[in-house]
Amino acid sequence: MTELNLAQAINSALDLALANDQRVVLLGEDIGVTGGVFRVTDGLYQRYGGDRVIDAPVAESGIVGAAFGMAIAGIRPIVEIQFLGFAYPAYDQIVSHVGRIRNRSNHRFSAPLVIRIPYGGGIGAAEHHSESSEAIFAHTPGIKVVVPSTPYDAKGMLLAAIADPDPVVFLEPIRLYRAVKQDVPDDEYLVPLGVATTVREGTAVSLFSYGSMVRESRRAAEALSGEGVSVEVIDLRSLAPLDEEAIVAAARRTGRAVVVTESPRTAGMASEVAAVVQERALYSLLAPVERVTGWDTVVPLKRTEHHHVPGLKRISAAVRRVMEA
Amino acid sequence: MEPIRLLEVDGTLRGDPPVDLDETRRLFTAMVTARAYDSKCNAMQVQGRLATYASFEGQEAAQIGSIAALRNDDWVVATYRDAAAMWFQGYLWANLLLGRMGDERGGAPPEDVNVLPPSITVGAHMIHAVGLGWAESLQGSDRIAMALFGDGATSEGDFHEAMNFAGVFSTPTVFLCQNNGFAISMPRQRQTAAEWLTNKAIGYGMPGVLVDGNDLFAMIGVTRDAVGRARAGDGPTFIEALTFRVGPHTTTDDAARYRSDDLVEEWRRRDPIDRVRLYLQRSGGWDEAWETELAESARGAIEEAVTAAESVDPFEPGAIFDRMYSTPTSAMDRQRAALRRDGGDD
Repeated sequence: MTELNLAQAINSALDLALANDQRVVLLGEDIGVTGGVFRVTDGLYQRYGGDRVIDAPVAESGIVGAAFGMAIAGIRPIVEIQFLGFAYPAYDQIVSHVGRIRNRSNHRFSAPLVIRIPYGGGIGAAEHHSESSEAIFAHTPGIKVVVPSTPYDAKGMLLAAIADPDPVVFLEPIRLYRAVKQDVPDDEYLVPLGVATTVREGTAVSLFSYGSMVRESRRAAEALSGEGVSVEVIDLRSLAPLDEEAIVAAARRTGRAVVVTESPRTAGMASEVAAVVQERALYSLLAPVERVTGWDTVVPLKRTEHHHVPGLKRISAAVRRVMEA
Repeated sequence: MEPIRLLEVDGTLRGDPPVDLDETRRLFTAMVTARAYDSKCNAMQVQGRLATYASFEGQEAAQIGSIAALRNDDWVVATYRDAAAMWFQGYLWANLLLGRMGDERGGAPPEDVNVLPPSITVGAHMIHAVGLGWAESLQGSDRIAMALFGDGATSEGDFHEAMNFAGVFSTPTVFLCQNNGFAISMPRQRQTAAEWLTNKAIGYGMPGVLVDGNDLFAMIGVTRDAVGRARAGDGPTFIEALTFRVGPHTTTDDAARYRSDDLVEEWRRRDPIDRVRLYLQRSGGWDEAWETELAESARGAIEEAVTAAESVDPFEPGAIFDRMYSTPTSAMDRQRAALRRDGGDD
């Protein structure tokens, strides 16, 4: 066990993958000599060399497209895109090819690659550096989309993503990279993809969230317990596939559901979770499902960002509304 | 700039032939077979037995000649207009036909064939060839990868990224651009202000070669050089093969809207198959009975492939969920159950 933050836990997973499997290579911008813009790949270039930790030209579509070809020919590439707001040039490769080659070739070819992308706001960054457009990827057939919220999950889920025979988009909450430390096993372990987890027990309301919003949801749950409201917090962890069974079980158990995301509201993951609850747990509900989300706006810059990214106040208000309904 | 040419339109040879007479006869047979496939597909599309079809008539030398320079296990990443090339690298006619019939099994060539299913999007696939060849190098193999694309694809941003990556990482990639004059309706002049597409190669630090794409021998020669460089670790090459698509863009296109019959006739006189026939006649490697027989057996092979493709049973409905992931996800399982419950529309 070593106490690691989320960025270090990811580094540890990459280190193990590079050490244990010669087919693994890292590909991205400034990931080598410099160790990545968030230093997530720190030290790996020095340990494994430039043929395995590859500094690529500034070309996201090229990086993902080349990794796609590599994956088909037996390499296990792990791509880093610097920010989710810079991933859009690569989206064509992801939606048109990465997510399709298995279907297109009826399993004859497959592209087992991992695309790591830091996402989300709350740190007052420049435009394009705070995007939370994960729904676009969850809406894309043929890939898996996962988001860890703890160092332990980050390492175990990344190792599971690398071992997965299908492409995985691995979103990393920028805000949590260095927010907390946790004891993380030194050796390899897998946290299965596609499975949600309950991170706080509660009986009156189920709060569903993922990534950076898990921490905000927990803060709200702690605060509300002082008001006598017992709030359960579910970390969805996987957006595609969504763990519908866990969502439905929780909604049936508590009868109240609030979904928290920092992404735009329309056609987002909160809408998807609300729809699942409506389809399969409607008759258990004691209140309408609430969505606490970012707005259908561009993420505001630093001075007004806090009006966009949900936090304690807006989450608590939503929980109080479902309790009063 | 003059394109490299080894075989004149009248079949006379400039310099030494790149292959002997037997091999020339084999490649002639391959071109005739490919044209029989092309003609059969056009007919089947009219009969409603195939979806939209993109003819490659006129481009047989560019495709068969370039593939003839590859090793059997090299990678080929090509487009919807490259069936001749894909077949000659081992993809089955029956697979190609199945794809045009609307069946994903068409995308699954035999296990030992390193040819990806045809790319329908224009331009995104060139970087895949870069990645494939790169992966081979990383694994200590000397397999190379060849990307086939058209003049229109050179306008796509991904063309730049593919060429740039290949240059920077010196990947074993051959970029074969079949400049067939038109991207659907737009002439090459609407794709670039550069005089030649080969001019672009210099910007990526790789050789650019201009070749007569209707000259089988020249195609073999320049591709062989490019493949040799790639296999030796000397990096990528860009080839611009000047050719012409004699047919429309696809069976839904009306080429008369954007080009004259005179232009088509001019290119028909430079037909790549006629040129090799003339050469074989001059070299004593041709007689009428031989060609009649090989044309007959080519048509027979295509008919067999059609029968094979048309006798493949339809997928059971749930198969659409089974193809998406190695093991179906929970979402696939739920949606399969929903389809089974309600059934699909007729």
